[in-house]
Amino acid sequence: MTVNALLQPVLYLVLLMLLAWPLGLLMARVYRDDLPAWLRWLAPVERGIYRLCGIDHGQKMSWSRYARAVLTFNLLGLLTVYLLQRIQAGLPFNPQAMANLAPDSAFNTAVSFASNTNWQGYGGETTMSYLTQMLGLTVQNFLSAATGMAVLAALMRSFTQRETDHIGNFWVDMTRSTIYILLPLSLLLAPVLVGQGVVQTFEPYRTIPLLQPVTYDAPAAGADASPVMAQKTATEQVIALGPTASQVAIKQLGTNGGGFFNVNSAHPLENPTPLSNLLELLAILLIPAAQCITFGRFVGDNRQGVAILAAMTIVFVGLLALCVGAEQAGNPLFQKLGLEVSASDHAPGGNMEGKEVRFGIVNSALWATATTAASNGSVNAMHDSFTPLGGLAPMWLMQLGEVIFGGVGSGLYGMIVFALVGVFVSGLMIGRTPEYLGKKVEAFEMKMASVAILVPCLAVLLGSALAVATEVGRAGIANPGVHGFSEILYAFSSAGNNNGSAFAGLSANSPFYNLMLGVAMLLARYWVIIPVLAIAGSLAAKKSIPPSAGTLPTHTPLFVAVLVGTVIVVGALTFLPALALGPIVEHVQMIAGN
Amino acid sequence: MIKELKSALLLLLVMTLLTGGIYPALVTGLARAIFPFQSSGSFLEIRGEPVASALVGQPFSERRYFWGRPSATTPMPYHAASSNGSNLGPLNPALEERIKNRIAELASSDPGQSRPIPVDLVTASASGLDPHISPAAALWQLPRVARERNIPESQLKELLVRHTEERTFGLLGEPRVNVMTLNLAMDRLE
Repeated sequence: MTVNALLQPVLYLVLLMLLAWPLGLLMARVYRDDLPAWLRWLAPVERGIYRLCGIDHGQKMSWSRYARAVLTFNLLGLLTVYLLQRIQAGLPFNPQAMANLAPDSAFNTAVSFASNTNWQGYGGETTMSYLTQMLGLTVQNFLSAATGMAVLAALMRSFTQRETDHIGNFWVDMTRSTIYILLPLSLLLAPVLVGQGVVQTFEPYRTIPLLQPVTYDAPAAGADASPVMAQKTATEQVIALGPTASQVAIKQLGTNGGGFFNVNSAHPLENPTPLSNLLELLAILLIPAAQCITFGRFVGDNRQGVAILAAMTIVFVGLLALCVGAEQAGNPLFQKLGLEVSASDHAPGGNMEGKEVRFGIVNSALWATATTAASNGSVNAMHDSFTPLGGLAPMWLMQLGEVIFGGVGSGLYGMIVFALVGVFVSGLMIGRTPEYLGKKVEAFEMKMASVAILVPCLAVLLGSALAVATEVGRAGIANPGVHGFSEILYAFSSAGNNNGSAFAGLSANSPFYNLMLGVAMLLARYWVIIPVLAIAGSLAAKKSIPPSAGTLPTHTPLFVAVLVGTVIVVGALTFLPALALGPIVEHVQMIAGN
Repeated sequence: MIKELKSALLLLLVMTLLTGGIYPALVTGLARAIFPFQSSGSFLEIRGEPVASALVGQPFSERRYFWGRPSATTPMPYHAASSNGSNLGPLNPALEERIKNRIAELASSDPGQSRPIPVDLVTASASGLDPHISPAAALWQLPRVARERNIPESQLKELLVRHTEERTFGLLGEPRVNVMTLNLAMDRLE
């Protein structure tokens, strides 16, 4: 391990925390309708939107009404994305004349973007028109993120309210998240990314001559119309372009992760330099980290937010070390073949299959860990080609329920659910009524927390089991042996926790996977949102009790340990058997020399 | 309920206009004004004709060029309208076969070269379009290219250094050689 391999992640985490603090404080003010002076000029825009849409922004919603608004709004967004894909051929801003998408693929992508998953069954530059990318995908990048942030705002608010039946107004929380947080940050980030080389244009793809002609094998129709391989020669290269930077900025900030191009942020026109890589990486975890600070400010005790942030960071650092270590140690095959695999100032070494030279091992592993800790799912390296343990780290981070930073909004509300469970379990151990931040945690909260934790687990495990057990499921596998099982498990872990990254060898653009993964994404998104809002409703209706000698303090290192323990134990108990059949067996096979 | 639906529909419409219309248009306008070169794809031009994107690699197999990363795009390598990695798992026999073939090809391109081949020169990039190789991978190819082009190695090395990018701020990313611009520059020497 080189010094640089240590410095880069440390610098990343330090910058992340430095940026998260002020943003967290700002967000607290935004949701409390206490805008700082330099943002107030946007307030007329906000009021204008309400007037235009006939929204009474003073109206307070009960949790069920809030939930109905979330579902209605998301359903309409989903239908719009579906429709756009089905008729894009006849719409403008389609310079490459992309065809309409098949119903199953369009359904999968619509669910994927509405649920903030951004699983990509399609290849961006080969299927989507510029119009669909902007009006469909970019819009949902904003709105699905804003939905998660709104639900979190409602949950945070419920801790501060006493004996009321309302938790806020979804339209207001959603609109504020978009115009005060997501849009300004995207407008800051996108032009900087362009400066680094991320493309941003409405021009069609460009054809350029190759320096040297290249011959390659391509399938062609044989004599009896059966496919054969024929040698072809190319003298030109077509380079895909498009309005990329605007979509990349929000795809990272909103923990969406859907790439403009097929290979996402591994593409040199989507993530061209180490600096663009650092900025995109920061954007992945920025809002989820900042929301912990927001939470502390909301409940009137910054230490509460710091404790949760600390718990997240501890798990993150552990799995980051595993991922970097495994990828740098590399594949024993490479040593056997006599290759130079050690890291130095002249070469990245390690497992470079499926990685870009400008990122090397460290930034690829750092990205893989960050993107799966958050429910982002963008990639800058191909996870399918990671070493077994290097691939286990991102897979398990998703399976933990996307609460280690997690998605914007969804990560923290998921983590608060785990905190309630942690408090409850601790309460049972010391024989006291469990309470969290002045609110008694009772049977109803525990029931809802169980639903929120178990539904994604079920979606992952049942989905994987069904795919492995059926012919159509196994047909999608690309790699032989246990790695094929890992591909399926990864796909359902990703969809079933709204992440969106993939072991991309799996041919998932089939009716079976489009449908199954679509259902998993819907379950994982809305069967967490509904119980979380129910918890918010229940907490808002409770009295607030002052802490007593019997209260478990929730800002101490002890509580951080309880929280980490709860997340890890649930994640390990649920998924170790499945992981043992996939990456763990594969690792044993690898070190045993196949 | 109907009123709720109407609000939802109108809000979606307004937000679509704002985030799907105004926002990308604004970014595009800004980008074109401030970064005309980068925003259009970083195309290098010779006498007004685009010859390459400085960020997107091209396939090289002739011995007088430096070779880039192996590319897994289909059907042609470095297919820049259909980016892809190999997605081969670490134990996939196909991975071993492909790497062995690449090693054999490199070895026969320069039988005198006895140093071990840097791993990035025989493993497929993530995008299939990686314009870079490691400095070690470029140095490995230097004797061959110098011989094929009848340039002294020292002169070629100077050119190589000019196309080498160090870590940003001495810290970020990895040191790398842009094969695309290096090969262009060599052709222009002649």
